[in-house]
Amino acid sequence: MFTAKSIRWIATAAVALTATSVLAFEPKGKVECIAPSDPGGGWDFTCRSVGNVLETLDLVPASVQTINMAGAGGGVAFAHTVSKRKGDDQLLVAASTATTTRLAQNQFPGMNADMVNWIGAVGADYGVIAVSDDSPYQNLTELMDAMKEDPRAVKFAGGSANGGWDHLKVLIAAKAAGIENLPRIPYLSYNNGGEAMTQVIGGHVDAFTGDVTETQGFLKSGDLRVLAVLSDERLPGDLSEIPTAKEQGIDAVGPNWRGFYVPADIDDEARQYWVDAVDELYASDEWKQVMQNNGLMPFHPGSEEFESFVKQQISDIQSLSQEIGLIQ
Amino acid sequence: METLHYLSLGFGVALQPENLMFALIGCFIGTLIGALPGLGPANGVAILIPLAFTLGLPPETALIMLTAVYAGAMYGGRISSILLNIPGDEPAMMTCLDGYPMARKGKAAEALAISAIASFMGSLIATIGLILLAPILARFALTFGPAEYFALFVLAFATLGGITGKNPMKTLMAAAIGLIIATVGIDLSTGTQRYTFNVLELYEGVDFIIAIVGLFAISELLFFIEEKAGPGREMIKVNPLKLNWREIGSIFPTTLRSGVLGFIAGVLPGAGASLGSFITYTLEKKIVGKKGYFGEGDPRGVAAPEAGNNGASSGALVPMLTLGVPGSGTTAVLLAMLVSLNITPGPLMFTQNADLVWGVIAALLVGNFMLLLLNIPLVGVFVKILSVPPMYLLPIVTMVAFVGIYSISHSTFDLYFMIAFGVGGYILRKLEIPLVPVILGLLLGPEMEKNLRHAMQISDGDWSILWGSGLSIGLWLVAIIGLLLPVIVGPILRRRMQAAKAKTED
Repeated sequence: MFTAKSIRWIATAAVALTATSVLAFEPKGKVECIAPSDPGGGWDFTCRSVGNVLETLDLVPASVQTINMAGAGGGVAFAHTVSKRKGDDQLLVAASTATTTRLAQNQFPGMNADMVNWIGAVGADYGVIAVSDDSPYQNLTELMDAMKEDPRAVKFAGGSANGGWDHLKVLIAAKAAGIENLPRIPYLSYNNGGEAMTQVIGGHVDAFTGDVTETQGFLKSGDLRVLAVLSDERLPGDLSEIPTAKEQGIDAVGPNWRGFYVPADIDDEARQYWVDAVDELYASDEWKQVMQNNGLMPFHPGSEEFESFVKQQISDIQSLSQEIGLIQ
Repeated sequence: METLHYLSLGFGVALQPENLMFALIGCFIGTLIGALPGLGPANGVAILIPLAFTLGLPPETALIMLTAVYAGAMYGGRISSILLNIPGDEPAMMTCLDGYPMARKGKAAEALAISAIASFMGSLIATIGLILLAPILARFALTFGPAEYFALFVLAFATLGGITGKNPMKTLMAAAIGLIIATVGIDLSTGTQRYTFNVLELYEGVDFIIAIVGLFAISELLFFIEEKAGPGREMIKVNPLKLNWREIGSIFPTTLRSGVLGFIAGVLPGAGASLGSFITYTLEKKIVGKKGYFGEGDPRGVAAPEAGNNGASSGALVPMLTLGVPGSGTTAVLLAMLVSLNITPGPLMFTQNADLVWGVIAALLVGNFMLLLLNIPLVGVFVKILSVPPMYLLPIVTMVAFVGIYSISHSTFDLYFMIAFGVGGYILRKLEIPLVPVILGLLLGPEMEKNLRHAMQISDGDWSILWGSGLSIGLWLVAIIGLLLPVIVGPILRRRMQAAKAKTED
């Protein structure tokens, strides 16, 4: 056991050495991963599954311990990272589009995206717009045309709060379709995607906005018709039957990415180590298996692009939120 | 057929060794909690929620354990009713009427055995009812839009006091306190923060579980400190059991009638187990007529209310699981547990969380057999525990509460919050303001608000949508009846319950 593991370790180290000429940083001992939610949520999944794969790939010396720190939709964990963990290079914090949305809307008072280091994404769940099986709308264009006539013609149900990511996906699509008067579009927020879908299938609300993994159950049962997925290209596997919004002439993309940030003020070497670690993890077969098992779609901007992607997403959400009057 | 398929799936979950073990633990602790006077089933479940978190149980195991506690508490309530003439919980009050006289005649063991069998029958009938009715009602729930849900929540609040509630004003006040606490946090419909004062920990509102554990468990501790450590009760001797099949057979029709009636009473929101045991007892007395000797230790007078309240407790799970509206205080606590596990009750749960729902239902059946076995041969153990001084029990409860709440999100803020709720709960109990409506307000308030606003958004601000469908009109009517009936019938019923009890004490 010991020899096998150390040979493997030496091999990885050798590969890493040839790849980067200087390898000044190596995590020592236990690495922590903060999931800013209770056990069982998406962030919790990100920490635990990434932690497992990091261990299998020997990218961490010992174990990755997941710490649940729920509160304020990630705000408690963000504040903790900013104020108490500055310079801690043994800490990862799970993040997603929900994090950028809240940052964009100043939901973490006195804090912004520059206060942490954005490391990388490990996949995404893409947005969808769906209707019930007996709905008159057959494709996204028809739906958007109805909304062009009257912005209140279609009422949307989603699992996030007003101004949250599910709501924003509708606005992104509507804006791309050339609909004006975005604040007039009715959005009904539910506790989660499941509750929202039930209302759409029951015929009480016209359309559903959410992530593609949420819809799989009702997609199989035939109760729900997905009009469009908000991705650049069609999704792999069974989901390839769903047309993208782009195909239908509406240039809207809405990835709900999953990734990490680390505290500010860490050495450049340490930062680079984690960026490379996430790259290596994303390329591994082990991670591909995790993605397939959990319905996670490909999404991994290059290591240098991720930070600018995050900032771009924040500024997009900011301008959209201003447009609907959620923030000044 | 589909139901049978799901049920077999449920048994697959319930019969896993780990789940069986926690069901057994739940049954045991539940019976104990029910037997201890003053510690009702809602408190019992509330106190054990942190235990589920401390042990890091998976959702289905946690729920199986808590429903076993719930069922067990209904069984246990009868023990102190029969032996001490003090009901272990409110629904067990009617069991005093004939149970205690039986015990005084030296037939305590028979009374305990008969009531255990009746509890088993009532619970079995109601669980079968739950299996048959819940999937139908769950599909029916699809027809509930925002307007119908709003009417349903109004109904739940209107029937909150229930028939047996004491002071309607205090009940309303308690519900209002719950509603007020519920407004803290992000407002889903506008995305703005309400009453959070820039405290990050308040951004997602007040966690139900922290509120429940604080209100119930911590306030219980404060009461205990106030009363100081009591010496515990004197040991009670129970005669050896002499019961033949003919006697068991003679209560069979009683348990059958009472179980069905209790189930119906349980399904109605707000009515709950107390009503179940009351109407079954009075009805049984009417049916048996002069041939019986009710109030003087008639076995049927023990069997009827026990079958009734156990039937009602399973019945109360129907509206909780299908519509997310709890039929009683304890199911409200169970609902809070479901919500905190991120599971939404309703039609979706029956398909998407099928293993969980059906696992819990199957566990109810399995647990019921366990309870029967626990309660006949092992009844002596529970009788012994009744005499354990609370100075040993409550520190354990407190420790479990603290460890459990801390293990949910590792935040000391939550612990301070829990203590604050405990002090609040203590004050409310001193003022004789019931705690269950606070929890219901906290749980249902946000839902009620959300559905009202959704209805308004759908109708573009036209209020008439609220009574726009036959279903919602029906719900409004039941709500009005539910509000008025206790005011009219309640005092009469309560006087009769008291009178009946006073008579046996003479």
